[in-house]
Amino acid sequence: MKRSLPLAMLLALSLAPAASAANEADYKAAYTAAEAASREAAGMRNQWTVTVSALAAAKRAADGGDFDRATTAAKEAEALAKASIFQAMSEKEAWKAMEIR
Amino acid sequence: MKARIALVLGSVSAALVALIIASPRVIAADKIDPAADAKAFQNFFFQKFPDVKREDFVNGPYSMNADMKRQWQEKEEFPPYEFALDAGKEMFATPFRNGKSYADCFPNGGIGIRQNYPYFDEKEGKVVTLELALNRCREANGEQPYSYVKDEMASLTAYMAFTSRGKPMDIRIPDDPRALAAFENGKRYFYTRRGQMNFSCASCHVQSPGERIRAEILAPALGILNAMPIYRSEWSGMGTTSRRFVTCNSQTRAVPLEPQADEYRDVEYFLSYVANGLPISGPGARP
Repeated sequence: MKRSLPLAMLLALSLAPAASAANEADYKAAYTAAEAASREAAGMRNQWTVTVSALAAAKRAADGGDFDRATTAAKEAEALAKASIFQAMSEKEAWKAMEIR
Repeated sequence: MKARIALVLGSVSAALVALIIASPRVIAADKIDPAADAKAFQNFFFQKFPDVKREDFVNGPYSMNADMKRQWQEKEEFPPYEFALDAGKEMFATPFRNGKSYADCFPNGGIGIRQNYPYFDEKEGKVVTLELALNRCREANGEQPYSYVKDEMASLTAYMAFTSRGKPMDIRIPDDPRALAAFENGKRYFYTRRGQMNFSCASCHVQSPGERIRAEILAPALGILNAMPIYRSEWSGMGTTSRRFVTCNSQTRAVPLEPQADEYRDVEYFLSYVANGLPISGPGARP
């Protein structure tokens, strides 16, 4: 029992990267979602520079075959784009709170 | 039963009365009143900085910090925008290939008119800035338009601003719903937070003028465009109003709009109108 626990942990650790490694399909799905959110933000005239950078980083990593990094960057881009959409929506009314009256 | 009907009728009547009382306020709050906005805007800064002379706000950060002001006054003896000014004067006087010149495109031959820009063009239904008018003049005379952000455009506007130095900003808003909408749109743009930093123009230039952001001292929004175009040490060169808007957006990590986008034209209209009465001080120099 005492010997089997470290062995199990070793086995789990050695399998973990393989289980979490993203493949091209994961990247493509993440990139498509990020691109759609980014387009929506741009359509609202509220694109963030960091979204554009994250999308570019995702593409660069994918071109180099690093789909782990590419998927992470694409997911980050999607999160940033969604935050910018939220900002644009909330600022439709929120800007009035800052106005000098 | 009668009591219940009376209660319902009473409630409906009370709700109607409340609606009637409240509705004029709602309408009043939504009414676009540029004159009232300008008065409130100026009063805000005059009260926040009672020791700053009113005409001094156009000098941006120098009006907020005595040390910087002294350094700037010494620098004004050999101002860094002088080369652009000389170039602008020469460009302005040089005829286009068709023999006409900039003077043919503007009232009073383009001299001493900076304080009237931007204006609302009722024919087009949009705001026209000085930079836009200059490029339209070039195109109408068969010339290529200049970049809106620097070099030739900055030189030309520097010269035109110089011929208006000391003249009070005098922006008109015609009684046209489209002009009022442009003013309101500019105001909205000015106060709207954007970029990953979640900053609006007002975050720096209304809430924090005189404060430091890294090594810089923030300029007050009041009169901020009266000094345009400017030589910025940070840019190692001249920049136009368009360049100022574009870089402000980038600094908040927002993707800038295209120069002379409707939003930029409208925010220039808003900021210039609320600075009415303050003198033109351009071209300026900034750290």
